[in-house]
Amino acid sequence: MQKEKVITANELTKRFGTFTAVDKITFEVDKGEIFGFLGANGAGKTTAMRMLCGLSLPTSGLATVAGYDVYKQNELIKKNIGYMSQKFSLYEDLTVRENIQFYGGIYGLTDERIKEKTDLLLKQLQLEEAGKKLVRALPLGWKQKLAFSIAIVHDPAIVFLDEPTGGVDPITRREFWSLIYEASERGITIFVTTHYMDEAEYCDRVSIMVDGRIDALDSPANLMRDYAANSMDEVFLHLARKAVRSE
Amino acid sequence: MKQFFIFVKKEWLHIWRDKRTLFILIWMPIVQILLYGFALTNEVKNSKIAIFDEAKDEASTTISQEISASRYFSLLKNVDSYKEIEATFRQGKIRLAVVFPRGFRNDLLHTNHAQIQLIADASDPNTANMLTNYATSIINDYQQSINQNEKLPYTIKTQVRMLYNPELKGAYNFVPGVMALVLMLVCAMMTSISIVREKEMGTMEVILVSPLKPFRIIIAKTIPYLLVSMLNIASILLLSVYALDVPIRGNFGLLIGESILFTITSLSLGILISNTAKTQQTAQFTSLMSLFLPTLLFSGFLFPIENMPIALQVISNIVPAKWYYIIVKDVMIKGLGFGAVWKETMILIVMTLALLGISIRNFKIRLA
Amino acid sequence: MRALKFLLQKELRQISRDKAVFRILFIMPMIQLLILPLAADYEIKNINLGVVDHDHTEYSRKLINKITSSGYFRLKDYSASFQQGLHAIELDKTDLILEIPSQFERSLVKENQSTLFVAVNAINGVKAGLGGAYIQGIIQDYNQDVRMQWIQYPRFNPQPTIEVTSSDWYNPNMNYRVFMVPGILVMLVTMIGSSFAANNIVREKEMGTIEQINVSPIKKTQFILGKLIPFWMLALTVLTMGLIIARLVYGIVPLGHYITIYIFASIYLLAILGLGLLMSTYAQTQQQSMLVSFFVTMIFNLLSGLYTPIESMPAWAQMITRFNPVSYFIEVMRMVMLKGSGLSDIKYQIFALLGFAIFFNGWAILNYRKRS
Repeated sequence: MQKEKVITANELTKRFGTFTAVDKITFEVDKGEIFGFLGANGAGKTTAMRMLCGLSLPTSGLATVAGYDVYKQNELIKKNIGYMSQKFSLYEDLTVRENIQFYGGIYGLTDERIKEKTDLLLKQLQLEEAGKKLVRALPLGWKQKLAFSIAIVHDPAIVFLDEPTGGVDPITRREFWSLIYEASERGITIFVTTHYMDEAEYCDRVSIMVDGRIDALDSPANLMRDYAANSMDEVFLHLARKAVRSE
Repeated sequence: MKQFFIFVKKEWLHIWRDKRTLFILIWMPIVQILLYGFALTNEVKNSKIAIFDEAKDEASTTISQEISASRYFSLLKNVDSYKEIEATFRQGKIRLAVVFPRGFRNDLLHTNHAQIQLIADASDPNTANMLTNYATSIINDYQQSINQNEKLPYTIKTQVRMLYNPELKGAYNFVPGVMALVLMLVCAMMTSISIVREKEMGTMEVILVSPLKPFRIIIAKTIPYLLVSMLNIASILLLSVYALDVPIRGNFGLLIGESILFTITSLSLGILISNTAKTQQTAQFTSLMSLFLPTLLFSGFLFPIENMPIALQVISNIVPAKWYYIIVKDVMIKGLGFGAVWKETMILIVMTLALLGISIRNFKIRLA
Repeated sequence: MRALKFLLQKELRQISRDKAVFRILFIMPMIQLLILPLAADYEIKNINLGVVDHDHTEYSRKLINKITSSGYFRLKDYSASFQQGLHAIELDKTDLILEIPSQFERSLVKENQSTLFVAVNAINGVKAGLGGAYIQGIIQDYNQDVRMQWIQYPRFNPQPTIEVTSSDWYNPNMNYRVFMVPGILVMLVTMIGSSFAANNIVREKEMGTIEQINVSPIKKTQFILGKLIPFWMLALTVLTMGLIIARLVYGIVPLGHYITIYIFASIYLLAILGLGLLMSTYAQTQQQSMLVSFFVTMIFNLLSGLYTPIESMPAWAQMITRFNPVSYFIEVMRMVMLKGSGLSDIKYQIFALLGFAIFFNGWAILNYRKRS
């Protein structure tokens, strides 16, 4: 049975003047997948993601997200996706509850649903007592998890995560990934960019971007086999050696 | 020492590379001097008036023409009733109305006494006064002209000489004030924002961990702004002289020296603000409220200090711009030398040292 | 539109929690409103007079007395020579010198005329103009006194005289506070309206939360309204507080209707907030936005006719003020408060401001892109 494609990209390109940030990338993501978008800093991952999220207009090429065209049906896409930026984008001067309420509201959840979700989320994240605390007061790890949960508060088809685990310890990262697994089990497709190669092994499939192009695309196991490597780190090093760009 | 210069260079690069801000820092003062220099003035001219002439005779017409022709007045319209006068005032269209009663000329010639009524919109009392005075003197001139043959006995004549500014140009009063305002703003606001930005972004801590003493860091931060300010001083002076026709009658070197002193005072003020503000937004608003408004109010160029209640007059003494304004007026417009401004100069120096002293002490504590 | 409700809820919560904001928004304007009008008094009074009396006769003393008792002048310096008197002007001890020549009284009697010399520090043109006019007026009065004393005037005045009567409408006490307070109110509300709103949006840009909004299905208009409305309400609140202070502290009650003020203020705020929004769509960092909005606000304020009359400006500057929304509001405030103007009197200004509001907000909406 053909798996439903939630993201398709065909020769997707983004140029800034003479600089080509994303160079004709082509790939597909299946429903329910955890898809890792790897690459060094400056390889073009974030730019590519922003095009898919509707934050940036592609220069050329085609792409669809959740079945909608990125050029013409941008606003429809936004109803069906979640997003977590590098900065987490929570309102530091609002409480945990208020953040959940706000984002739930703007994604069209009813008041009852918002209440439901709030209680659920707080329980899930073990933040029941922290509900009335300002986000500013939370430690980094909690903020991260909260940001992710809020990103999927409206049960979108896909959630885009841009380097979500920056700056936290490995244990917190593991906890974060268990949240991701949970979401994936619920049928949410995960599209995550990262430069941590060990996280690559948590994904179903990964693509590795180098200098704006996709140089490899497969499951971690296959890649390690193809490149005779013991870890994704090694795979990456192998590919990145020929990279021209960094930052 | 070498570290110090490296730091200065870094700060300079920050400014140099933020082209937008640099552009604003250099052009804004120029634009402002030109704008305010030309536009800010309380000279009375071309005030719109209305004339209600019930007499419509030779005398009233002549006087009306004289008034309209004067550069102080500009006839908006002739009206036919008091009601119309009222309406026109209410629409904000005129500042003065001149009323000639019926039979004006006849009364004047046959009973030797006639009246003219001037109605002024006293919302702005000074303008009302000035306009009334000007109109009255034009009417008096007319009266003189028809009285040519008679000469009053025991006449006291008064010769009035306007010193420093014979043409009563507004620029001579305002431009020095604008100079103070612009310099103060650019310096103080910019330093405070730059320092606070670093605090907000956390890079301040990194710097403080470095072997450079905090005090020197602060000074290093202000040096690039000092350089930019000198550029501003130069452009402001050039514009004042060549575009606004304000002379530099005194010693040019003295003027530059005092301007640099004032710049340093303003920078010190900026440092003090940056110490107390936690976010950029607070820094901006604090700059606004505690610099812009006080300078505007208490420097003396916009509002006469001598009219203020004593308490405010006392407060005005701690506004650096007040002293700089006096210095600029004395040196630029009156052409006086250091002997006349040494007191004000000392005050600025003391202020600067005090500000720096407080800042350094605060800075060390503040970083918590 | 439900999204709008959530946006507003968030904004209001954020604003109410920001202590610095509270201070800036409410306390500072109130302080300004209490101090500024005390300072903003342009009335020409307390002119410092220096006298150089070479005559030292009863008549010269009488003249000096008359001048000092007029209430306009304060005798601050009494010098023996013009040079000395001039020195007092240089040091700003005096504003004006009256030099009475020696033989003043004698010349008047023997030669039928005498000349007095007045030197005025004319750096402040208005002060010099009025000061000069006042002293000349007093001298002329004195002249009349002397004449009356020395000669018998025929009952019938042989010369045609025009008597000029002047009435001052709208501010009979010639009180500058009445003139300035409405304008100061405008200035405060404007600063809060535009700079503050602009800054707020750019802050979200810098913090990244704007991205989260851009990626959501919120429409542009909803977002912009979500920013406009809270600040609009905030500014109107400040206006109200200001009007209350004006009434309680200064006894300033509008001759016209409060409603007129509020209607106009509402439209004005739309325009000025729109301008703030527009500026924020162009700025990347808070520093830029603050700089630009600061300078724009300053220019608008100084060239609005609040401190110096628009009619005194050169034609090109007056043209500029036609594009300055603030000048309209100042005009209207003064008209409504001091002259009792009504809605029909200010319809030109209302249309102008509607135009501004549509222009700025329209441009801001067009310019704001959720996708770059």
